[in-house]
Amino acid sequence: MARSNTGQSETPLLEIKELQTGFKIGKNYYNAVEKVSFNVDRRKIVGIVGESGCGKSVMSLSVMQLLPQGIGKIRGGEIKFEGRNIEKLSEREMNKIRGKEISMIFQEPMTALNPVFTIGYQLEEVLLNHENISKKEARLKSVALLKSVGIPRPEKIVDEYPHQLSGGMRQRVMISMAIACQPKLLIADEPTTALDVTVQAQILELLKDIQEVNDMSIIMITHDLGVVSEICDEVIVMYAGKIVERADVEVLFEDPKHPYTQLLMGAIPTMDERKEKLATIEGLVPSIQNMPQVGCRFANRCPKAMPECVTITPQLFEDDPNHEVACLLYENSNTIKKPLERVVE
Amino acid sequence: MNKIEAEKGISTKPKTDKEVLLDIQNLKTYYPVKGGFLKRTVGNVKAVDDISFTINKGETLGLVGESGCGKSTTGRTILRLLKPTEGKIIFEGKDITTISGTRLRKARQDFQMVFQDPYASLNPTQSVGEIISEPLKNYKSMSKKDIKDEVMDLLSRVGLPPEAYHKYGHEFSGGQRQRIGIARALALKPKLIIADEPVSALDVSVQSQVLNLLKELQDEFKLTYLFIAHDLSVVKHMSDRIGVMYLGNLVEIATNDSLYAEPLHPYTQALISAIPEPNPKKRKKRIILQGDVPSPQNPPSGCPFHTRCPMAKEECSKVKPILKEVKPGHHVACILY
Repeated sequence: MARSNTGQSETPLLEIKELQTGFKIGKNYYNAVEKVSFNVDRRKIVGIVGESGCGKSVMSLSVMQLLPQGIGKIRGGEIKFEGRNIEKLSEREMNKIRGKEISMIFQEPMTALNPVFTIGYQLEEVLLNHENISKKEARLKSVALLKSVGIPRPEKIVDEYPHQLSGGMRQRVMISMAIACQPKLLIADEPTTALDVTVQAQILELLKDIQEVNDMSIIMITHDLGVVSEICDEVIVMYAGKIVERADVEVLFEDPKHPYTQLLMGAIPTMDERKEKLATIEGLVPSIQNMPQVGCRFANRCPKAMPECVTITPQLFEDDPNHEVACLLYENSNTIKKPLERVVE
Repeated sequence: MNKIEAEKGISTKPKTDKEVLLDIQNLKTYYPVKGGFLKRTVGNVKAVDDISFTINKGETLGLVGESGCGKSTTGRTILRLLKPTEGKIIFEGKDITTISGTRLRKARQDFQMVFQDPYASLNPTQSVGEIISEPLKNYKSMSKKDIKDEVMDLLSRVGLPPEAYHKYGHEFSGGQRQRIGIARALALKPKLIIADEPVSALDVSVQSQVLNLLKELQDEFKLTYLFIAHDLSVVKHMSDRIGVMYLGNLVEIATNDSLYAEPLHPYTQALISAIPEPNPKKRKKRIILQGDVPSPQNPPSGCPFHTRCPMAKEECSKVKPILKEVKPGHHVACILY
């Protein structure tokens, strides 16, 4: 499974630095993703969690450069794929990367597939675009791909239309299309949200298998902490367009540091303990136009907010090895290792 | 589970009166399938196929299952929003299966519904005040002022500000809209509330607010809930007893603790095992079911689950198992027991 490029394994597969993506509302741009930086290492599954409107999907669309034209725009920062800047590539150059090096699967497989073409046609299209093969070979490969994602009777399904398949099957078809050219990075945007739990379990299992076999990295965008803990190696928690916490999955679930992460975990009912009352987060996410320019964006809802939270913007920093958090409770941790609150106790 | 609760000093809900509020007997709801030139009925989608259960006063019965298992149809049939094909719905000892007209209208005061999609379930042309006062205007002979006072009271009870009265649905977030829907359902002080996926359209932090609210209201107004959801952890959090549905059939029904501690039906086992746990240390080997749920228009013979069941035997395709009590309060429909 060794790739030709294992020589550069020190450089992360994807590097995002200070990314700012904005949307035009009226005459002004407002940033939905504000100075986000993180890396995706090779052969890693990185989860991005957050609630609706936190900017997780916008970030993935920025990487793919699929932002709505004329409305969404990358306004600053860098996106490096295998050491090469891709944020300023032309549409034509980007087309060579999309589907071939980086591909994406979406939440609703029915809207992502074209209803008027057969499954086979859509799969062959990907292959013919990116690979130098004949139509006949493309068809054979399509059947093999469908088989590899666990579709029964692939030689029949290849001639069927998306509406003839169930939700889980459609998502399998989407996955087969995404991995057709063996991309190095797969971005999965809520791939199981529209599916039932038993089918979700099948798809997660499939993604894990494919990741191992194809030696690729996955960015898993989801709102479901259960899904994250199930398949991710690393987790990024986003709130209102910013990263508030980043850590290895076990570390994050063991010791969530940011108050937002803590509340998010307290809010979900779990199977092994019965909570009488679930944690709640009061208030609402500030709208994109009214985002505070300084201070922590979570301050107005944070139960641990301090006066300085609205005047000092917390930066993401490494509080423990491999555990980054953006919260003033942990600032100056060189001198104080514990959160201030615990010190007061 | 009992032990953990005992240690934490959390008591399960007191069930002083075991009075039956709702008794469902052999309920069937079929949707006709029309076909051909003359649009004749050519078949039936057996959305609910012979299910029976009871709900006691003050308890929460959860109904879980995957899409298309008939859980929503069950809820809607109980409310008589759909016509049952066969069976009986007995509410407080009165058979409401076939009543109509004024009697049905009167009976409906006692059972209300909270819908899944808070965006679609509020009339966009009505203000919140109008939405919540609508049931009061329809059923109660109250003065305008009394109605307004009552609505204000309901608003504060579900955690909405008084200004909400003059606003419209679109001005609110998903969680707040769901609160409006809950206030409307509460307006007539119903005995039974059927909540059909009330939180599945909401973000987790908002979901927890609505779940907490539903629990508080239950204590305050002594409500009985039929809580329909696909999320097993949410159902576990809310319910006293849980029924598991598959392809229009009730395959298992038991108390909350008993069901999760020892699921008996292979489908329940797979369903529980499929839930991703928010705990990376507990990545477990899952029971992964093969394939998808068969079409309810053409359900498999015998046990509806035998096509996907990892433990299926030959006779499973021949005999349809009936629900029987294998442990006190724990019913399962499977030939293994």
